[in-house]
Amino acid sequence: MRRALFLTLLVWQSWTHAASESVPLIEAGINTQDAASIQRGAGLFVNYCLSCHKATYMRYNRLTDTGLSEDQIKASLIFDDSTKVGDVMTNGLDPVGAKAMFGVAPPDLSVISRSRGVDWLYTYFLSFYKDESTVTGWNNTLFPNVAMSHVFAAQQGEQVLVIDEERHSQPQLKLAVEGTMSPDQYKQMIRDLVNYLAFMGEPAAEKRKQIGSVVLIFLILFAFLAWALKREFWKEIH
Amino acid sequence: MMNSLVRWVDERFPLTKMLREHLTEYYAPKNFNFWYFFGALALVVLVIQILSGIFLTMHYKPDAAKAFASVEYIMRDVPLGWLIRYIHSTGASMFFVVVYLHMFRALLYGSYRKPRELLWIFGMIIYLCLMAEAFFGYLLPWGQMSYWGAQVIVNLFGAIPFIGPDLAVWIRGDYVVADATLNRFFAFHVIAVPLALLGLVVAHIISLHEVGSNNPDGIEIKKNKDPKTGKPLDGIPFHPFYTVKDIFGLSVFLIVFAAIVFFAPEMGGYFLEHNNFIPADPLKTPAHIAPVWYFTPFYSILRAVPPMFGSQFPGVLAMGAAVAILFALPWLDKSPVRSIRYRGGVYKVWLALFVISFLLLGYLGVEPTNVWGQFGAWLDGADRATVVARICTVIYFLFFILMPFYTKREKTKPEPTRVTS
Repeated sequence: MRRALFLTLLVWQSWTHAASESVPLIEAGINTQDAASIQRGAGLFVNYCLSCHKATYMRYNRLTDTGLSEDQIKASLIFDDSTKVGDVMTNGLDPVGAKAMFGVAPPDLSVISRSRGVDWLYTYFLSFYKDESTVTGWNNTLFPNVAMSHVFAAQQGEQVLVIDEERHSQPQLKLAVEGTMSPDQYKQMIRDLVNYLAFMGEPAAEKRKQIGSVVLIFLILFAFLAWALKREFWKEIH
Repeated sequence: MMNSLVRWVDERFPLTKMLREHLTEYYAPKNFNFWYFFGALALVVLVIQILSGIFLTMHYKPDAAKAFASVEYIMRDVPLGWLIRYIHSTGASMFFVVVYLHMFRALLYGSYRKPRELLWIFGMIIYLCLMAEAFFGYLLPWGQMSYWGAQVIVNLFGAIPFIGPDLAVWIRGDYVVADATLNRFFAFHVIAVPLALLGLVVAHIISLHEVGSNNPDGIEIKKNKDPKTGKPLDGIPFHPFYTVKDIFGLSVFLIVFAAIVFFAPEMGGYFLEHNNFIPADPLKTPAHIAPVWYFTPFYSILRAVPPMFGSQFPGVLAMGAAVAILFALPWLDKSPVRSIRYRGGVYKVWLALFVISFLLLGYLGVEPTNVWGQFGAWLDGADRATVVARICTVIYFLFFILMPFYTKREKTKPEPTRVTS
């Protein structure tokens, strides 16, 4: 019975995100226990994302959970003197101005990993391609006509969308201009960023699992004792 | 010392008398099986929800501008706030799991039959309150699904002829779901409905202890009493026998509960929906609005009924009837026996069809209507899922409507005079 319930849990977990996506999602393959990856991702986030997006529920000093000291956070992630280490990650952009600039206010990214899912985010960053018909000059197969430009174009290079007329296959993305990184290096970088986004979505997640293991061990022992107690009392019942 | 204290209290309050009546001298049938854990578990989940709810209320802000942020504040800045929140969100879904199993037990063993009709009615009102409680609570995180889910449900009241539109405005306190709605839903969620729930649970238990518990054989243990002591021969004192048994059942339940809270709190988007991590936006309707899983069988029935005379009201009516018809159950069942153990095959087939329909309706309710594609031209290209939902809806209602006929005629097996194990 218990095993069946656990199996059910596992199956449900693997169904996790939106089954009806038109573009198949690529598994992000992040390791949420890899603190160095999360820290590298945090660096990418403050350098590339935070100028347009905010993360108004994420405090800089929450990164102490990954092993960084407050001084390290101040030195490597905070670039202006008015921001304190206990502040949330924000920028000076006012939503109305941002909407005028981009056509849509860039969403707050604090819990984006929980609404989109890590595989979606990973796939999103691999799906940009050159498209001169858009305002930014970029388009995305996962998020068509997205307002966001390809901020990692220098690293990834330029992908183009190839449509094979004869074989009627799905349009394929091909790297037309190489970037400063190899495809594998680029994927690793995106994995770091997504790992950070996952951490930011639920900073307590690792602690939750640690506490959970102890709680489960306790409960299993308790259940055994409760079963023994019940058996002792019920001996006389026929 | 202890004895004199108890005596002092007993002279002023019936403490010992109540303990006897409800625990040490409440005789329950000795043959309870797996299905009899869920009543006690429902009581425990109620306590879990009230306790975790109190702590959430300390940090939550029922304000459209602050609600979403305050939930994230609980998740991040309140010490162990994430734990309290996950316990509460998991508890909400597990409450329905436990209550649905508890109700199914009643269907299996005829626990609603005379003289337990009022016990069943109290239980049904508890179920209604629970649905209201869950609905009000689901708005509070103020995410996209909270917002649009509430919008859809309140609009159902808007479909009622003549008074509908005014009624919907009266419920919302505004022309759309807004701050006023959030505030009043908060009031209902934290005090009005829980207060009613507690009173009803007390009534449910008092009523149970008045008529005595049913059992898997569906026979009355009060018919066979020890001539000397006057105690039922097949009854055992609730305490200590069922208290220790229920503690074991509870510990297994808590293992499942903790596994969800600590390792899968979103339960793959069924307990906490992904879209609810997007703040409520009155200007952006999500492409697919699905209620939380425990409402989906009824939501499916709503969607299955086509609009008539340009009104959604028939669907709303069918959804309401699907819940309301359960109240009539004690009077629809005409079988000479209570328990499924001694019923004929006809009831078993109907019950199986009912359960399959209910589960299918539940599944289809979380999916968009095009989930299974369309039929060909011979059915005008109708959505397969909609057709299946319609068939299931018909079975759901026929199970109840035909019950007086198929239960009266079926060939039953003879009931034993004493309980079997």
